[in-house]
Amino acid sequence: MIINHPLLGPRDSAEFVYLGDAAMIDRPNPETASPQDWHDYAYLRENPAGEHRELWFHEGGDRSWLVITRNTLTHEISKVEIARDVARKMGRSK
Amino acid sequence: MRYSGFKVIKEALTGHKGWKPAWRDPEPQAHYDIVIIGGGGHGLATAHYLTKVFDQKKVAVIEKGWIGGGNVGRNTTIIRSNYLLDGNEPFYEFSLKLWEGLEQDLNYNAMVSQRGIMNLIHSDAQRDAFIRRGNAMMLNGADAEYLDLPAIKKEYPFLNFDDARFPIKGGLAQRRGGTVRHDAVAWGYARSADSRGVDIIQNCEVTGFKIEDGKCLGVETSKGFIGANRVGCAVAGSSGRLMSKAGMRLPIESHVLQAFVSEGLKPVLPGVITFGAGHFYVSQSDKGGLVFGGDIDGYNSYAQRGNLPVVEDVCEGGMAIMPMIGRARLLRMWGGIMDMSMDGSPIIDRTHIDGLYFNGGWCYGGFKATPASGFAFAHLLARDAPHETATAYRFNRFETGHMIDEKGMGNQPNLH
Repeated sequence: MIINHPLLGPRDSAEFVYLGDAAMIDRPNPETASPQDWHDYAYLRENPAGEHRELWFHEGGDRSWLVITRNTLTHEISKVEIARDVARKMGRSK
Repeated sequence: MRYSGFKVIKEALTGHKGWKPAWRDPEPQAHYDIVIIGGGGHGLATAHYLTKVFDQKKVAVIEKGWIGGGNVGRNTTIIRSNYLLDGNEPFYEFSLKLWEGLEQDLNYNAMVSQRGIMNLIHSDAQRDAFIRRGNAMMLNGADAEYLDLPAIKKEYPFLNFDDARFPIKGGLAQRRGGTVRHDAVAWGYARSADSRGVDIIQNCEVTGFKIEDGKCLGVETSKGFIGANRVGCAVAGSSGRLMSKAGMRLPIESHVLQAFVSEGLKPVLPGVITFGAGHFYVSQSDKGGLVFGGDIDGYNSYAQRGNLPVVEDVCEGGMAIMPMIGRARLLRMWGGIMDMSMDGSPIIDRTHIDGLYFNGGWCYGGFKATPASGFAFAHLLARDAPHETATAYRFNRFETGHMIDEKGMGNQPNLH
């Protein structure tokens, strides 16, 4: 797979490390979250067959975190975003 | 029809005209006591043990494609019970014992071959860890044997013992491990279940569950509604897809694992060798092909095909530990979809929906577990209680902290 990095252009996916579902950006609020919320956050996954937004780390490159929209049935990548931008749009401070 | 040497000779002399289909092709009935979704190794084994051991009468197996067309036909055929943790080892040892009696149980030649498996050791720390694991295996009634360097050199003289990064220092062997003809496992269980009245319904896709007041009443399929008192799901690889139809999220990600076969060679490899440090393991099939594989690709996938970086990684591992493999040509390669769970161990449990049961999360180790998985799932479906060797395989272990994490990797499925 070729990942079209927003800053660096097309890069081989072997330069990257995969973390998982980008829903992990949306961490429960530690002030209010219940143990059940933490369980659901840490262990349960949508695991869709089709479009999947996921976190990749450019370990063999500029060490940026990316949110990649990829089809799990075809491996086709339709969108690549800097994870920080996505997190800020969701209201995270960083 | 029971198979026998006499029958083979008789058919040979009469032009092989007396063989019948090994199982029926029935239309679904309106209602069953137990419906199993998934006509793979685990689902068919469940049907076999439900009818043979647990005395169930009205059982059906529903399969989207043809039976044995998923992971039971796409794996590298290894059986073993060389685990460390208490939640796992008794279960896998139970499975290995069932493998040892499988062909007599099924009256079917599954080519169970206990040719032995050996895990290579490359450092003093790894030797300590492996010997500890061997002791844990023996405490649970399995066999384990530490091999020193001269013993390995005698059995496997062709290995690269002096690799700069991973020199071979020893090995942990399990002599009762080995390989099995994987397709024959699905066919043998199917034939046995069918002969006991199980309806095996192929080309019948489950499109949804009928759930009312928290109780599962049956499944909607491409051949219409099929009612059931209990529904068991055994579709590892596609568990996320299926259980989402019941509104469930699982502690599972689906990942692709690739496997490879070389051209057929004369016998060169007596047993199974695993080179975990180099992400490579290999055995030789009875047809002569070297069957080998390595790590999962590492990203969510339902594609049943992987990518080239892992092909390169696996082949590098092969060349590093067994340089003669470079003389063989690769015949074919393929990918299968794994239920990678959050602690690397499976789940055989009730769901929160009454009458709906789940079997999955087998990671890349489902084949060796087939008999015990079927037995334990049949136990759960028939008696509504977990089998004594599968009591740890519960959904709630992630809530209570009772994870069964052989490698200690945490909730990162692609590291298990």
